Amino acid sequence: MRRGWRNAGTWAGAIIVGIAAFCALFAPLLVPHDPFAQDLGKRLLVPFWMPGTDPNHLLGTDQLGRDYLARLIYGCRISMMIGCSVSLVSGIIGITLGVLGGFMGGRVDDVVLFAITTRLSLPVVLVALAVVGLLGSSMTLLMITMGVLLWDRFAVVARATTMQVRNLDFVSAAWCAGCSRFRILAGEVLPNIASHLVVVATLEIALAILLEAALSFLGLGVPPPLPSWGLMIAEAKDYMFFSPWVIVIPGVCLFVLVLGINLLGDGLRDMLGARSDT
Amino acid sequence: MLRFLIRRLIVALLVAATVMTLAFAMTRLSGDLAISIAGPSATQADIETVRKAYGLDRPLVTQFFDWVGRASVGDLGESFFFKRRVSELIGERLPVTLTLGLTGLVIALLVSLPLGILAAVKENTAFDRLVQIVALLGQAMPSFWLGLLLMIVFGLQLGWLPISGTDSWQGYIMPGVVLAFSAIPALTRLTRAGMIQAMASDYIRTARAKGLSRASILLKHALRNAAIPVVAIAAVQLGFMLGGSIVIEQVFALHGVGFLAWESIAKNDFPVVQADVLVLAVIYIGLTMLADLLNAVLDPRLRGA
Repeated sequence: MRRGWRNAGTWAGAIIVGIAAFCALFAPLLVPHDPFAQDLGKRLLVPFWMPGTDPNHLLGTDQLGRDYLARLIYGCRISMMIGCSVSLVSGIIGITLGVLGGFMGGRVDDVVLFAITTRLSLPVVLVALAVVGLLGSSMTLLMITMGVLLWDRFAVVARATTMQVRNLDFVSAAWCAGCSRFRILAGEVLPNIASHLVVVATLEIALAILLEAALSFLGLGVPPPLPSWGLMIAEAKDYMFFSPWVIVIPGVCLFVLVLGINLLGDGLRDMLGARSDT
Repeated sequence: MLRFLIRRLIVALLVAATVMTLAFAMTRLSGDLAISIAGPSATQADIETVRKAYGLDRPLVTQFFDWVGRASVGDLGESFFFKRRVSELIGERLPVTLTLGLTGLVIALLVSLPLGILAAVKENTAFDRLVQIVALLGQAMPSFWLGLLLMIVFGLQLGWLPISGTDSWQGYIMPGVVLAFSAIPALTRLTRAGMIQAMASDYIRTARAKGLSRASILLKHALRNAAIPVVAIAAVQLGFMLGGSIVIEQVFALHGVGFLAWESIAKNDFPVVQADVLVLAVIYIGLTMLADLLNAVLDPRLRGA
């Protein structure tokens, strides 16, 4: 019973992520209109479930007459790009630090722990805003900044799992066989903690997508006219009291995508038997 | 205990010093601050004047030690835009952010403690699953979007609560709820896990064998032990909430330190930005230290660590 419910959640997550990945990959083929084309004669057309809708624009248009569905699909692409690249950057930093600390112990571990503590004490949103504000917003800068700020969970999990693996028999066997330190790390330790790291990576993608949306909402994330969901909500904010759907649609997409990724991550955790404390 | 205290304090000071360095480095990332401050229409002479006036012509090392030396004694410099002491500005705005953070924490605890306890008592029932679903939903909720939705529903359509501002205590309800959402999933899960672990332990079996009432076992014996990690995480979560309140302050136009930072970033007012980062980080460091101390007081086994 419990298992069945869990599986349903994992499947739902997998389907949501699958659809999002499909939209992200094939966005140019899927969109009915150019997401950047403005048509001031067709501003704020309502979506299909409301009276007076335009069948050409299923989800209506925004305040500049751009097709909402097209912008949503391109926004999905941006969210997925940001999520995956941030997870990659933060994964490289966090896993390196965590594995080194967990494996070497002693002074090295002290330094790693100190780095994690310092990183956690920095207010992420504020620092990311300040960096983007000073350097000017671009997708690349945003990905790097967020990647450099979000590695803490990777490091914590990599460190804890490496410590568990470090003293197991097969690692001792590798030492005895005269393997180099690097070979033990890459060949013995990493494959054995990989399942935990995959789970962290999924959750981290979700976190990065939410953070990007918040930064874009505050006007210092993805630069306009790119259609980030957070930016769409920010631009539509002035109209939300008269036409609430303008913020409801991109918000629901964001919520569902993040929920889907989290469901998939939880499912993976159960499947891979990885128990992480977060 | 004293050794533990001193060690903890030294680490905290080192972290604070590192944050100071990072905050300084961050504002210097753009290369030439004088150009950004002077603005796009400034002439070369204007830029030179700005550079002299703000001491940006001095070597970077001098500027750095000047900032560290002054910041260590509470002098955070002067704001370019407001033409006032940064410490005064932050001091004025801090109560708003702290009120918001504490409101959020209280709401989060009021929701997640009962939910977590009940979910643990009814482990593997429909209720337990429901609580876990709620936690998952909360985790996926974009806070700024939830804030806007609440504004539309409770502010505009029902007219129960003010949409923005801090004129009355009602102004803190919606932002507090939104902020609480970010902490509820973690706190609920932790309470549930802690209670399940505690309920399975020997001392609970003993208490049961003694014939104590169910309520007494739950609240006096199990909860007390399950509360240790929850108290610690609550303090840490408050730190995260204060740091993350910048988004919510902007949504609800609450003029706290987050809002101040957002304004200052837009205006290139870097003394305020770096001071803001430092203040929020120091509050977080203080809260984590408090959490560790509370842990050590509540659970003597942890003092050796």
